[in-house]
Amino acid sequence: MTDIIRMNAADLAAKLASGEISSVEATQAHLDRISAVDGDVNAYLHVNDAAVDTARAIDERRAAGESLSELAGVPLAIKDVLVTTDMPSTSGSKILEGFMSPYDATVVARSRAAGLVPLGKTNMDEFAMGSSTEHSAYGPTHNPWALDRIPGGSGGGSAAAVAAFEAPLALGSDTGGSIRQPAHVTGTVGTKPTYGAVSRYGSIALASSLDQVGPVSRTVLDAGLLQDVISGYDIHDSTSIRREWPSMAAAAREGAEGRGLKGLKIGVVTELPDSGFQPGVAASFRDALAKLEAQGAEIVEVSAPNFEYAVAAYYLILPAEASSNLAKFDSVRFGMRLDVPGTVEDVMSATRDAGFGPEVKRRIILGTYALSAGYYDAYYGSAQKVRTLIQRDFAAAFADVDVIATPTAPTTAFKIGEKIDDPLSMYLNDLTTIPANLAGVPGISVPSGLAEEDGLPVGVQFLAPAGEDARLYRVGAALEKLLVDEWGGPLLDRTPALNGGAR
Amino acid sequence: MSEITPELVRHLGVLARIQLEDEEVTRLTRDLDAIVENIAKVSEVASDDVPATSHPIPMQNVFRPDEVGTMLTVDEVLQNAPDRDGDRFRVTAILGEEQ
Repeated sequence: MTDIIRMNAADLAAKLASGEISSVEATQAHLDRISAVDGDVNAYLHVNDAAVDTARAIDERRAAGESLSELAGVPLAIKDVLVTTDMPSTSGSKILEGFMSPYDATVVARSRAAGLVPLGKTNMDEFAMGSSTEHSAYGPTHNPWALDRIPGGSGGGSAAAVAAFEAPLALGSDTGGSIRQPAHVTGTVGTKPTYGAVSRYGSIALASSLDQVGPVSRTVLDAGLLQDVISGYDIHDSTSIRREWPSMAAAAREGAEGRGLKGLKIGVVTELPDSGFQPGVAASFRDALAKLEAQGAEIVEVSAPNFEYAVAAYYLILPAEASSNLAKFDSVRFGMRLDVPGTVEDVMSATRDAGFGPEVKRRIILGTYALSAGYYDAYYGSAQKVRTLIQRDFAAAFADVDVIATPTAPTTAFKIGEKIDDPLSMYLNDLTTIPANLAGVPGISVPSGLAEEDGLPVGVQFLAPAGEDARLYRVGAALEKLLVDEWGGPLLDRTPALNGGAR
Repeated sequence: MSEITPELVRHLGVLARIQLEDEEVTRLTRDLDAIVENIAKVSEVASDDVPATSHPIPMQNVFRPDEVGTMLTVDEVLQNAPDRDGDRFRVTAILGEEQ
């Protein structure tokens, strides 16, 4: 029997349904893996003591003949930005150390209802601010492909957990690329659904007009299965969309059959030339396009002249919204409180200085500046106009093509410490992922291979019009099938063995 | 356009309720100056005829029926409070001596 931890969620689910493997066995196998390697990877901030009990309850319900969801009994890692009643939720910050939520995030509640077994909470940049997970207050996560390199961010913990076979599935959140860029650097799959497709209730807010929760996995089908579980209208999130969604898993299965590529128009953005990417990233991207073209897809150049303003607009809108959202960490109702003399404001200011890390302070101060009287129109107002221009770029492009393709990020995984003191160069990691958040459109990152110069993973990003998430799963699964057939097995088979590093 | 000074950063710290230390003010002044210089380019294309977008997916104001839903108990609300006094959050003085 194939090693349990190396199975995809869909294959594991089939063996759980047939009784070949129990959820207790699957859960224990992952807990053992976490014990064996997470000392090196540091993907988890907390491991769920009750995971085996939860798994046993699923096994008992199945044994009693109950009809269960497809993913019932499959273990799940949960990004620490999502609140949980049975595990601490810190969002990677000291200010929330030990915080126990009185309620579950809707995506967590839906995952539990579908019988998924929470394994633990995954590491992340503090309050999801970062592209490397180095800004976690609990130490960086290490990339399973090369432990001295970053796993991307902010959801580096979820991506690394899945890449290191410490979970078959994980939940992430994506405000400017925090699901897709970690997928790119770890050789995994990640989707940012359409804004409003998935409830954010119980997702500790970073920038409310940009945040979206989504799936992290090793295959496109697995991501689709998880998106089917978590998406849909939620009365607790007034930005969630009231509509029925087609099955993303069904779209992925169709895509893998390879019929959807003939005549599919794939846009390539003129303003993102190969020269803007590491050579091995650009080469892997061009190879992926050639594979799709050989199966009948048509590659079309599209122009998005305002994409070059996206990072600038994002670093005004995000800090502005974050400075407001993070005002709730006031040392009064929950979270850290420093024992210092003075008024409640003195205590609040001292607590926020001690509880927030440097990147969080940088963005709160920047957001406070951007929103202050006299600057509002020039900065925040202008950034909101850029948002309109980027939406128009997408609308014009999608009038001509079905999906847009880009490399998911400019480079492969860089070394831990390499960019930590240079916020501007860190911000440019999200150059290709940010436009989707500004416009609300969905995006997926699928592994396209390894960069020739460093042997590290590269991802291709597909973008579709708002509401057309299924297209991403169709084309993503089609490409994945072509590449995995060529490689003779999944990319992650080539990760180096993790030895030692017991947790 | 940028005019980030240590005095401005200190003032922003007061507005944001973060008691910045001198060394942090120095570093933030340097960082913000570089960041603001780079993000100010948004004004190049933000002409008067472009409407602003606040949310990516246009939505109407959302109402729901005014019905009592799932409620937290007082103990649940207070379970993470740094300090409490019965059913209330407890804090230090709201007003300073000079106020």
